[in-house]
Amino acid sequence: MKKSKGFWLFLVVSIVVYGLVQLLISTGVLNPFYSNTLIYIVINIILAVSLHLVIGITGQFSIGHAGFLAVGAYMAAICTKLQVPFPLALVVGGVVAALMGLVVGIPSLRLKGDYLAIATLGFGEIIRIVFVNIEYVGGAAGMQVSHLTNWTYAFVCLIITLLVIMNFTNSTHGRACIAIRENEIAADAMGINTTYYKVAAFAIGAFFAGIAGGLYSHNFYIIQPTNFGFLKSFDILIFVVLGGLGSMSGAVLAAILMTIVSTFLQSYPETRMVIYSVILIVVMLYRPTGLMGTKEITSYFGKWPLGKGGRLHGK
Amino acid sequence: MDWIQQIINGISLGSIYALIALGYTMVYGIIRLINFAHGDVFMIGAFIGFYAIKYAGLGFFPALIIAMVICALLGVVIERIAYKRLRNASRIAALITAIGVSLLIEYGTIYLRGAQPEAFPQVLPSESFHFLGATISSTSIFILGVSVILMIILQFIVRRTKIGKAMRAVSHDAEAARLMGINVDRTISATFAIGSALAGAAGVIFGIYYTKIEPLMGVIPGLKAFVAAVLGGIGIIPGAAIGGFVLGLVETLVSALGYSNWRDAAAFIILILILIFKPSGILGKNTREKV
Repeated sequence: MKKSKGFWLFLVVSIVVYGLVQLLISTGVLNPFYSNTLIYIVINIILAVSLHLVIGITGQFSIGHAGFLAVGAYMAAICTKLQVPFPLALVVGGVVAALMGLVVGIPSLRLKGDYLAIATLGFGEIIRIVFVNIEYVGGAAGMQVSHLTNWTYAFVCLIITLLVIMNFTNSTHGRACIAIRENEIAADAMGINTTYYKVAAFAIGAFFAGIAGGLYSHNFYIIQPTNFGFLKSFDILIFVVLGGLGSMSGAVLAAILMTIVSTFLQSYPETRMVIYSVILIVVMLYRPTGLMGTKEITSYFGKWPLGKGGRLHGK
Repeated sequence: MDWIQQIINGISLGSIYALIALGYTMVYGIIRLINFAHGDVFMIGAFIGFYAIKYAGLGFFPALIIAMVICALLGVVIERIAYKRLRNASRIAALITAIGVSLLIEYGTIYLRGAQPEAFPQVLPSESFHFLGATISSTSIFILGVSVILMIILQFIVRRTKIGKAMRAVSHDAEAARLMGINVDRTISATFAIGSALAGAAGVIFGIYYTKIEPLMGVIPGLKAFVAAVLGGIGIIPGAAIGGFVLGLVETLVSALGYSNWRDAAAFIILILILIFKPSGILGKNTREKV
């Protein structure tokens, strides 16, 4: 009962936010620069939350997330080029990215910690190099994409992503994933099929990264493989780490903050990266759990239990 | 006899990977940390060599030694500032810090001097001679010689000196080493110093061999050197050298077969195959996980 109340509240709040922004855009109060920044924030939130499921909830350190973003971006772009409607193209991008997640996840999730990180990084790079070598998508020169992403598509995708990941986290499956994060051997001993849950979380994360990829590519006029190098993966990683490993609202907040910061520093890319890296080091040295730890923003209000990524609420 | 030439090229490239991989493997062996910043120490080494040769007018060997000394200091400073506090933190925290340090060095360099590449001056006499029909430049023989000498010196330090003995002890069991009266902090610093000095040397050699250096040049060789370290068995010093040479050969052969666009992918495919089938590497022994 309590849970569904939180759900409805979440839905109402999001509809209000959506309507407000849509109103501001259609009346022209927000110029294209700001509405574009908003869409970019939304895409980054989707990416941050999808990686949060893999790193924050399941504790599998993946640094090749940009690979799935690339798969989604290119698949959706190919679909729209073949006159497939945009929403369907987004789904295709997501599904192919999820399949890719399975292909990558099944072998590499047998590895742990550092080795897993390096293997995912390797896979991410391989995906990028494959796109460089496919003539059909323009190779290194890039691919023309029509601009189709708008606030409505982006926001609907965001809400679906948040709801799915929140519900997943609070379900039996989510608890199994949290158990794996806390101690894989213990989880195994308690009868959790660790491989299954790790791969499932990985594939779901890849699916939403693919959706974000579709939105991302159709927010620009051209996509190039260099957009999806490991710097992009690190960008996404920074959202999750900064927000707090295991906190979904932390990831969302960090994505919003960092996107705004990087938008303002757009003309000084070096300064942006220096600031990024210093933030990353300082946060890790003085607050290794990230800004929010495993807490959710809602736990500060003591009400509506949304996505409890961290502690298990037995009640 | 094109093949002999390709093999020589591969070994020269491999010797650069091997030098970087040695630093990775030593640091990993001793504190179980993938020092992502290692590739950037390599880049700094290349730039120090460049400035020493171009603006101070030094020859190859003085430049090499200056680059090695400054990189050794840089490695110690990185360890003291960034990694020391995290020795008991989670592995993920340490890994993320390492990524942060790497980005800071890269973009700090770009911030200070701009992203434009530099042409490394030619300081070695470049002659080429013929051997079984292959044209071999004296530079590639020379850098191979320098790399092998450095590896022999490293092997001597690790096997025969007191600090090397301490390093082996700490990598085996840091707590027990501390109880035996070994200064663990100093040993770790020494490891970083030696590993970073090798990376600095690799940077200068890279500059001489490829003549173009730029602030982001350390990223890809750094990752590949890590692949080489994993390939040979991470934490095992001779393994890193073997892994480096194998990787250099494979990459050169892939390019020689006409798939030069896939060259970078080859390293990562090797990495994934080795991680799946023999994660302990060529020279590694299987270890069992204790609960």
